[in-house]
Amino acid sequence: MYMSKIIVDIKDLKRTFSVGGETVKALDGVNFSIATGEFVTIMGSSGSGKTTLLNILGCLDKPTSGEYLLDGNNVGKLSKNELAVLRNRKIGFVFQSYNLLARTSAIENVELPLMYNSSVSAKERRERAIEALAQVKLSNRMYHLPSELSGGQQQRVAIARALINDPVMILADEATGNLDSKTSYEIMSLIQDLNTLHGKTIVFVTHEPDIALFSSRTITLKDGKIIKDLENKDLRDAKEVLKNLEAIPAE
Amino acid sequence: MKLFNLLRIAWNAIMRNKMRSFLTMLGIIIGVGAVIAMVAIGQGSRQSIQDQISGMGSNMIVIRPVSNVTGGARLDNTTVQTLVEPDIIALQKEGKYINGVSPSVSSRGQAIFGSNNWTTNMQGVSEDYLAIRSWSVDEGVNINSQDVKTEAKICLIGQTVIANLFPGGDEVLGKTIRFNKIPFKIVGVLSKKGENTFGQDQDDVILTPYTTVQKRILATIYYQTIFVSAIDENSTDQASDEIEQIMRASHKLQKGTDDDFSIRTQAELISTFSSTSKILTVLLAVIAGISLIVGGIGIMNIMYVSVTERTKEIGLRMSIGARGIDILMQFLIEAVIISITGGVIGVMLGFTATKLVTLFLHWPTLITESSVILSFLVCFITGVFFGYYPALKASRLNPIDALHYE
Repeated sequence: MYMSKIIVDIKDLKRTFSVGGETVKALDGVNFSIATGEFVTIMGSSGSGKTTLLNILGCLDKPTSGEYLLDGNNVGKLSKNELAVLRNRKIGFVFQSYNLLARTSAIENVELPLMYNSSVSAKERRERAIEALAQVKLSNRMYHLPSELSGGQQQRVAIARALINDPVMILADEATGNLDSKTSYEIMSLIQDLNTLHGKTIVFVTHEPDIALFSSRTITLKDGKIIKDLENKDLRDAKEVLKNLEAIPAE
Repeated sequence: MKLFNLLRIAWNAIMRNKMRSFLTMLGIIIGVGAVIAMVAIGQGSRQSIQDQISGMGSNMIVIRPVSNVTGGARLDNTTVQTLVEPDIIALQKEGKYINGVSPSVSSRGQAIFGSNNWTTNMQGVSEDYLAIRSWSVDEGVNINSQDVKTEAKICLIGQTVIANLFPGGDEVLGKTIRFNKIPFKIVGVLSKKGENTFGQDQDDVILTPYTTVQKRILATIYYQTIFVSAIDENSTDQASDEIEQIMRASHKLQKGTDDDFSIRTQAELISTFSSTSKILTVLLAVIAGISLIVGGIGIMNIMYVSVTERTKEIGLRMSIGARGIDILMQFLIEAVIISITGGVIGVMLGFTATKLVTLFLHWPTLITESSVILSFLVCFITGVFFGYYPALKASRLNPIDALHYE
């Protein structure tokens, strides 16, 4: 395995919002860290604070108090522009609704993060996009538009887009939420491959307990606090699940 | 962030919405096209007025008598009698910037030939007159100095007079016509000069030596007008200054008294008329400019709609690392590309419209570089100005809210 290094280090993280004059504690003293190569699921029902945590993990939001170190960068201390650059270099987002640009080919969608990184030349950008699409097994769909792709394929384009900047962490937000169970397993299998074969660190935010079974660790939130943080001893292989699913004859 | 990447991003966004981009452009296209065409029409009419005035003889200077009596009954300028022979002699002798000098005395009367008659103007001039007016004789000869000396009963006849006195189209040269019962032999036929800028028929005239009109018709020693030509167009100002000095000396005017004559150059006339048509040009440009502003507001409107519609896209771009300035630049560049492309098409439309106006309406038009450059500049400024606020709005979106915008 890879040398493990702490890339996410969260200490006593708090995030409060004021709603109509009242202060709501979305996150109330959260502590945990994530090392490279981990596949972590963050679970919790709605209102548990997982979306707030996701936003902070993704450097889209800053903590009210406490500390969040992402690959050595103190996120709370950075300006808006510095946060944008940090997102661009360190994080790969995968969203529930894919968020691909309409009327834009798969490869151009994948290239998008590197368009905001001037140190990467157009030639290298194209090469890396081709490589990323190969990783998600979409080499034959490079020039297709999102409207010409199935939901699962669109999500794979989104994953390729998250891979292209070689991030320290892939942050998936309900990434299988819009997909049927078979396609979900395909995506989970792909994510597991990225984790085990390519050593990518993955943080998967979901409310489906089913999905958590595929990850190596599950953090459960409730009312802004971590109530469980467990290693998953009985890791399921998404490929096997998929195989079993296919073995059942269709009605 | 490389500018090239931004250009590409903006270009892709435009191409993803071809129809909408085109409709947005349409406002600018029509605005710029209108500016170019309107200014071309304004400039064209101005140019044609200038050409016509120059056609009268662009180095011509006209001296007229002016009443300088400040008390008592003021006399009409035409009846003021101040221009006399010594003035002519002084001008001819002392004028360094002066080429030709011709006094002018006119009399209105009836010209008769055979059974035809025509009421016209007989204008007494010197041999220099035709050169000063840049006029010529089609047939025959000009008046000469001998004719002036002898008060000869000869004349040069204008085309309109010919048409009325010789309706049969007979040979006119050598014929004798009668004007106020005095016989005049036709020695020359004037070329056609047409109407002047004021709509006066310049061909409705009979020219004869000024001495003839003075002695034989009006019995006067005064001139109504003195026509002078400067040695060239550029020295009309010097010539006009010189004339003033000579005339003041000749009229023995004391220092501090007003001139008893007025001097008008063609340049002044040109500038008077130019300023009139300048107002016309400005007026047309303002109207066209308003349509350009309307076009700009169209851009602003569409960009606002576009920002709202693409909120999710903006959220995505921000989440994958676009800074506020990147988003701002993207939308700004989009607006500028739309307005400049609209500008290019607008210029082409303006050229076409101008050609059509010349072709079908026969209006004089003139497309100047400055009007093209100006409308281009206005396009760019329109794009930046009207694109800025929507772009700023886009750049200030919160990525979290933008991502979850439905």
